[in-house]
Amino acid sequence: MSSTSIEAPAASTGNAVSVQATTDRVSSGWVLILGATSGIARALAHRLSQDGHSLILAGRNQEELTRLASDLRLRHNVNAEVAEFSALDYASHPEFFENCIRQTSGRLKGVLLCYGDMLPQAATEKSFDDARRVIDVNFTSAVSILSQAATYLEERKSGFIGVISSVAGDRGRQSNYTYGAAKAGLTAFTQGLRNRLYKSGVHVLTIKPGFVATRMTAGLLNTKSPLVASPEKVANDIVRAIKRRRTVLYTPWFWRPIMALICSIPESIFRKMKL
Amino acid sequence: MMSADSLRGTSELLSGWGNYPRELCRTRSIESWQDAENAVQSSNTTNVIPRGLGRSYGDSTLTQDGVVLRMGHLNRFLAFDPESGVLECEAGVSFAEIIETFLPQGWFLPTTPGTKFVTLGGAIAADVHGKNHHVDGSFGNFVNRLTLLLADGAIIDCTRDNDPDLFWATVGGMGLTGVILSAQIQLSRVETAYCDVTYRRTRNLESTLEMFTATHQSYRYSVSWIDCLAKGASLGRGVVMLGNDASAADLPRKLAAAPLKLPRRRAKTIPFDFPSFALNPWSIKAFNTLYYAKNRDRREFVDFNSFFYPLDGINHWNRIYGQRGFVQYQALFPTETAHVGLHQLLERIAKSRQASFLAVIKGSGPATQGMLSYLFPGITLALDFPNRGKATRDLFEQLDEIVLEHSGRLYLAKDALTSADTFARMYPRLSEFQRVKERVDPNNRFVSSQARRLGIVTGLELNQSEAVGNSISAGAH
Repeated sequence: MSSTSIEAPAASTGNAVSVQATTDRVSSGWVLILGATSGIARALAHRLSQDGHSLILAGRNQEELTRLASDLRLRHNVNAEVAEFSALDYASHPEFFENCIRQTSGRLKGVLLCYGDMLPQAATEKSFDDARRVIDVNFTSAVSILSQAATYLEERKSGFIGVISSVAGDRGRQSNYTYGAAKAGLTAFTQGLRNRLYKSGVHVLTIKPGFVATRMTAGLLNTKSPLVASPEKVANDIVRAIKRRRTVLYTPWFWRPIMALICSIPESIFRKMKL
Repeated sequence: MMSADSLRGTSELLSGWGNYPRELCRTRSIESWQDAENAVQSSNTTNVIPRGLGRSYGDSTLTQDGVVLRMGHLNRFLAFDPESGVLECEAGVSFAEIIETFLPQGWFLPTTPGTKFVTLGGAIAADVHGKNHHVDGSFGNFVNRLTLLLADGAIIDCTRDNDPDLFWATVGGMGLTGVILSAQIQLSRVETAYCDVTYRRTRNLESTLEMFTATHQSYRYSVSWIDCLAKGASLGRGVVMLGNDASAADLPRKLAAAPLKLPRRRAKTIPFDFPSFALNPWSIKAFNTLYYAKNRDRREFVDFNSFFYPLDGINHWNRIYGQRGFVQYQALFPTETAHVGLHQLLERIAKSRQASFLAVIKGSGPATQGMLSYLFPGITLALDFPNRGKATRDLFEQLDEIVLEHSGRLYLAKDALTSADTFARMYPRLSEFQRVKERVDPNNRFVSSQARRLGIVTGLELNQSEAVGNSISAGAH
């Protein structure tokens, strides 16, 4: 696309400005966002930039990521780099992660896993390929890339890992249990990771958003409902939870009692319900 | 990583800023270029129309059997050259965001409408103008390049040189040629965030118009509030505001410490629709008399927010017009007929006792080349009317006649009621626009309720336009 032609010089001027400004903010460090084009990830990227963090935006769509990076540089005067990341290409993960470390000159401080894939439940019932895709994107690939991150941060004895799981993983419901199962696996995995990394001072946050108005949920949710949160609100909650070293974050907060209630229903009754 | 199935839209009762008409529309949020491509190419919809922050007043961003593309999340800055002030950004970026990011660096919008809550895409589509039109013209003059998503799915770069017809059909083209994905614009250098403003009261229409003529050379910004209830010898009396960008050296010491910093102001909010009796000839008369009396001749430094965007300080100010909403009438008279035309129009309006206190006139300068762009040299008048159904429509028909008689025209971004016939007589370049539309969008992928009503888009099935006509005459729900 020829429209990108002026991006190069202009983006590099933006860089030249930002390099100077960010040297005072080294303590803020670099954060890697996996799946940076998602609605929550975009809001997180802005929120972290406001705090002066430098960012690596990783995902599949390089053009989108480049636009997001330009925006962060121009709005917040920070470093923002893009990296190609394909969740299902497990073999590429070690090299991808090494490149991230190199790109940040060893100052990678945090990793946020923000991607996910929600196919309709019915599709995953009819097609094992669809079911496997949901499990692999949401769970298997996370095991692969988070293991890389965990090993690196464990050696450095500092940093954080934030993982977006889901309230759907708290209890299997007929309307969404394949996705729920993958997220339940992810939740358990981050619990174990948190336990393992505690002694090395690396903080692991499990994030369970409820209904969020993003592209993934477009058309499924009534965005005016009080139950539906904006990505910005969720991003704010996440950043605060990381600063306060919380373990499990429900966002918005009321999902904690809602899910506690749902989980407290005996299975003998739950099996008859339509949830 | 998102699921491919984002084709569904949600349905919402949508309206423009006037809250009239309201139509049940399917909407879809556009967050990436891919989203926009999918939406335009989707086979589940017959047509689409982009919508930014919904600040056009009427039905420009509604469509009943298609999908309204909400562009507000496509709002990334793509490139900026701090030497030249050339900015490239996506269409959903708002003027408020541009100001927030670039005013501290000494750059401001080259021209701006009376609210900063418009998107760049909307500003281009309506070829908006501001208080400096007589000097700088409308927004289209400052657009270097558009990146357009066309009906056939192609994404092209469009400039005034590589495809002048498409460029000038898109500038002022109300979103009917394609989706503006991004644009490159020229910002303007400022030393401070303040204007040096002079206020002058005028006795009547003659003295208001004379004031414009006398000051056009010496002031970059000019506009006048007028008392549209004043009659007889006072018809057209007002308060003229004349301004120039304040230089850093001019600023009083207190402001000079942070010349580019806008003073913080707490926005007030109108929490609910006012009841219909809140605005009546007596309350408006009282307001106008007070406002006129209060505004003695004076000169002061006014920050950009207060000068350019006085109403932005009140969130949801459109709610004062209540549930039934309001309709704005904005008309332009060419210089030669302005005096007589305005006189007749104001007399008719004063007699009707329907107008509200928000009435503004301004002198306009040279036109852009936009085929459906609004302004050419003359005087433009804008005022609000609470929607009173038939009474309002009848009055507007009479006003349209006066405007036509004096070779004037209406502004598409404000219009909600005029007819196809009237519109065609006001915009002689309509057929030129339609030829471009036929070339880039032969199957009428891009359609709005306004384009149907005004016959801008032709060749639509009859039952579609009938359905829309019905809903408009049914009025606000």
